[in-house]
Amino acid sequence: MTILNLLFIVFLGILFFIAYFHISNYLLDSYGGKSVKRYNFENSIRVIVFIAPAFIVLFVFILYPVFETIRLSFYDKFGREFVGLYNYKWAVNDPEFRRSILNNLVWLLVVPTLSTFFGLVIANLADRIWWGSIAKSIIFMPMAISFVGAGVIWKFIYEYRGPDNTQIGLLNAIIVSLGYEPQAWLTIPIWNNFFLMAIMIWIQTGLALVIFSAALRSIPKEMLEAARIDGASELKIFFSIIIPYLEQTILVIWTLITIIVLRIFDIIFAMTNGEWQTGVLANLMYDWMFRGGGDSGRGSVLAIVIMIGVIPILAWNLYKHRQEQKI
Amino acid sequence: MKKISLSSILSQLLLLFFVIIWIIPTFGLFISSLRDKDLLAISGWWTALTTTEINEIYRMSGMESQIEEDGYFKIKGTLFEDNSGKKIESFGINSKKINEFKIGDIAIFKDESEVILDENGNYEWRSKSEFQKKKGKRLFTTSLSPPSFTFENYREVLFKEGIGRAFVNTMAVALPSTLIPLIICSFFAYSLTWMRFYGRDTLLAIIIASLVVPLQMSLIPILTIYNDFGALFGVAAKSYPGVWMAHTGFGLASTTFLLRNFLKSLPNEMMEAAKVDGASHYDIFLRIIIPLSIPAFASIFILQFLWCWNDLLVGLVFLDQVPSEIILTAKLKELLGSRGENWEILTTGAFVSMTVPLFIFFALQRFFIRGLVAGSVKG
Repeated sequence: MTILNLLFIVFLGILFFIAYFHISNYLLDSYGGKSVKRYNFENSIRVIVFIAPAFIVLFVFILYPVFETIRLSFYDKFGREFVGLYNYKWAVNDPEFRRSILNNLVWLLVVPTLSTFFGLVIANLADRIWWGSIAKSIIFMPMAISFVGAGVIWKFIYEYRGPDNTQIGLLNAIIVSLGYEPQAWLTIPIWNNFFLMAIMIWIQTGLALVIFSAALRSIPKEMLEAARIDGASELKIFFSIIIPYLEQTILVIWTLITIIVLRIFDIIFAMTNGEWQTGVLANLMYDWMFRGGGDSGRGSVLAIVIMIGVIPILAWNLYKHRQEQKI
Repeated sequence: MKKISLSSILSQLLLLFFVIIWIIPTFGLFISSLRDKDLLAISGWWTALTTTEINEIYRMSGMESQIEEDGYFKIKGTLFEDNSGKKIESFGINSKKINEFKIGDIAIFKDESEVILDENGNYEWRSKSEFQKKKGKRLFTTSLSPPSFTFENYREVLFKEGIGRAFVNTMAVALPSTLIPLIICSFFAYSLTWMRFYGRDTLLAIIIASLVVPLQMSLIPILTIYNDFGALFGVAAKSYPGVWMAHTGFGLASTTFLLRNFLKSLPNEMMEAAKVDGASHYDIFLRIIIPLSIPAFASIFILQFLWCWNDLLVGLVFLDQVPSEIILTAKLKELLGSRGENWEILTTGAFVSMTVPLFIFFALQRFFIRGLVAGSVKG
């Protein structure tokens, strides 16, 4: 496809949706309003016109797939024959699956916690320093970069050359200059997971940082000043005032990053492709979508396991929504 | 007083420490992308910031270029084809003694031909008898290389390695994938906020539930739909419109949710007044909602655009990995695998892929942050 063709279909694609809304509404406007009966009819059609595209997309891309994935998890690799719990039994006994779920749990434990912690500390530091906003920009920047781009960036940190060569990876160069043997960081099982997590923390801290920065401004200045006049140390203020005050925000950020981490795929796919025991569920699922011509049963089971991870958050969100509606 | 300033210095130092840790990786990539590709693979990027000593081997020209002058047969030339600013410190004619001669020394080969070399790499090789060999002799040089940067890698990557095309492809994926959800979700959010109809609350609850559904739940069924659709109508199963709609689907819940939160904050009286004046919902939408929502649109546009631009999984699953469809992230991943040692392509490609996000980041940071703070919750 030439670039010109591509531009043309991009243009056409966007125009299609604008035209849909404009033409259908134009027709309704010129039809309705002339009598009460027509007005009511116009209004009920209008609702459909407004909702239909989004609803169809929602149905086809979210609602139907959720149920279809659940169904497929009970079927064979082609989705044709009912196999009961076979795929689930496979998963429980599969060492790769166990490894992935363990890795996922470690990721969920480490990344949201450390990102939130660093975000909170940095937001608090930057708030009180005149060059704080520049510092915040710099730490926030990785948020704009793709996970794959971040992977390439960190390849320069973790790169390994044999002991006889000049190290071009920063970490090994430091290690060698201190007199140790260089290490192939990403191939050391268990530890390599933490090196990959460092990349994610590097990215997500920025997210925590900006949200905390906004939240810090909501803390009444008088309260902080009163504490300072009473001689409280900054550390004491941090633990006794700021953390309790931001409890809700901490929870929100922690869940936000948890959701992102739960479906982490790109970093591992780009850096190790799940080798050296770094695989997580999303990578294993991608693998099974295409391995041996694709196995929709096993792939679906893996998707469902990821889904189970978000169900508590989903329930909590719905509960909060219910509460808000009541008010 | 003293205590306060000490804690202030400590916090400044601590923040500086974080900033340095956070910027070093990106800075390293940036420097690397501007370095000569041969140097890139043999020395760390930090060495590019200072003058470094490098050892190299060059071969002088052979018999074709000899001239006769002052009773000698001479071959003149330069070792450094590129103008890299290197200065030769010492050289040798034997691999065992590469530092044997200083600049200005006359080095004599076994066949009694002699060579003199200046620090810029210009040599004069002369002999009483005619040169007989097609290949010239080797010279071993030790030279000092000042920090030097080049845009050569960018030129090569953009036009030769298909990164330029991948850039266009990514744009063709990301732009509609951002505008289509924005268009359909603004109508959707409007009706969820200002229109009365049966099932509205259920629909809203579904949106809130969909916010956290991981996109992995949708991959297999949608891929199946696309394959069936492609087979039924005899078209390609993987196509740009397919990716747009997939991105639209995955971004629908968060876009709708954010827009609805914004619309809810608008005063109800304004809509009522317009309705009394006989304005239809479409009029209200065009004349009141859109102008008021520009800041909200900007935030959501940036979030969704960055999401689509940086995505790998959707582009990997729903597009063919061919030059006319491959997106930047997939291309980078491919380079990481197949040409992991061609550092210049990798670093430069990565930087090209970051240009758009970084531009958005620096130019529109305010909207970006506002969108994130408004509660970017994305499955």
